Amino acid sequence: MNNQESNTKPKERKRKEKPPVEESLLAMGHRACTGCGEALGAKLVMDVAGPKTYVATATGCLEVFSTPFPESAWRMPWIHSLFENSAAVAAGIEAGLIAQGRDKDVNVIAQGGDGGTADIGIGCLSGMLERGHNVLYVCYDNEAYMNTGVQRSGLTPFDARTTTSPYGKKSWGNKTEKKNLPGIVAAHNIPYVATASVGYPFDLQRKVKKALSIKGPKFIQIHVPCPLGWVYPAHLTVEIAKLAILTGLIPIYEMEYGELTRSRKIGKNRKPVEEYLKLQGRFKHLFSGKPEAEEELEKIRQIAEKNIKKFGLA
Amino acid sequence: MAKPVGIYVKPGSSKENKTGSWRTERPIFKHDTCTDCRICVMVCPDGAVFGSNYIYDPDYDYCKGCGICAQECPVDDIEMVPEVR
Ligand SMILES: Cc1ncc(C[n+]2csc(CCOP(=O)(O)OP(=O)(O)O)c2C)c(N)n1
Ligand code: SF4
Ligand code: SF4
Ligand SMILES: [Mg+2]
Repeated sequence: MNNQESNTKPKERKRKEKPPVEESLLAMGHRACTGCGEALGAKLVMDVAGPKTYVATATGCLEVFSTPFPESAWRMPWIHSLFENSAAVAAGIEAGLIAQGRDKDVNVIAQGGDGGTADIGIGCLSGMLERGHNVLYVCYDNEAYMNTGVQRSGLTPFDARTTTSPYGKKSWGNKTEKKNLPGIVAAHNIPYVATASVGYPFDLQRKVKKALSIKGPKFIQIHVPCPLGWVYPAHLTVEIAKLAILTGLIPIYEMEYGELTRSRKIGKNRKPVEEYLKLQGRFKHLFSGKPEAEEELEKIRQIAEKNIKKFGLA
Repeated sequence: MAKPVGIYVKPGSSKENKTGSWRTERPIFKHDTCTDCRICVMVCPDGAVFGSNYIYDPDYDYCKGCGICAQECPVDDIEMVPEVR
């Protein structure tokens, strides 16, 4: 930050004036929890996509908090699919638009949570990718089934405590590592796959813009912290999202036709995994000081190490 | 004529619901050191920060008081204070 500039009063500063801030296409008044990362992610996506976008949304927090009858927060054509089939519904919308000759200069987006995408909706997603629909699929990854009360999903990280992966005498939390969903999607050889985070909103919006400029199926997985499920104070949503990236636990990168084309380096800014984990109640059991807890932390350090090597983040 | 299926509601009608009542803390935008970066606008999950040209303020009808804007402001120009009603 330039201190000299910040010490001068507004009128003395010379800079091109930006247009006033406009209302988001995800309208205010939605019922997302205070500080919800998923609401932030969806707002950022919609404001890039613009009003000429058709959206199909799977069941989950995003759908529930945005559309309590008789209200809707969406300011574009929007439909609630089932939990498992937003990709199929969006594919149908795209096919319908083509049949009617109305497919020019519009976007079609399918979206869902990590449970809706990586678990129950993975079949419909795969079909949509395979058939080559001109649809962007956005997965909001808050690392559990939040809307039904924090059950683990295929994208819940190793050792995280959820209601179905509790910490106790015989358990350190979730037994599995995050499923490599972007890798599974990329294996369909589609033009564009990216991971992004609400910790880096400018990067996120660049990726959405890029994805929408490409014809064919594309996929973005966005890491969206959830204060309720991850158990942390609401003001830390963006901070925690950044730390996930800076520790190497969440790599953000782009893939084109199955090949890694770009990744966000962390280099000298790398942080120890503890800085990310200790802010969240879902990892609290790892900080008991017991030798076994230290062993678990070491396993998580190895996950970060593996990501840093695999995606060239150093 | 084909009968419509499903439920239709007005776009953006969630604005009927004034979430400002949820606040326990209130962000105060000081307009002191602002560099016009608009990070506060970007990071608000409720899209509740408006303004232009170095002067930004939350819409208190909807701001839930999460404090993300204050946490992320790079020049500490936003302060959270207890909400009093
Ligand atoms: C077929 C079916 N099974 C279960 C449910 C109940 N259900 C609704 S939302 C949800 C969890 C959603 O989790 P996720 O997709 O991760 O979205 P989040 O709420 O975390 O954003 C579940 C299990 C359902 N609606 N339909
Ligand atoms: S439970 Fe989590 S994802 Fe759902 S609305 Fe609350 S903060 Fe957002
Ligand atoms: S406190 Fe939260 S809801 Fe209110 S303006 Fe700041 S970021 Fe938006
Ligand atoms: Mg989820």
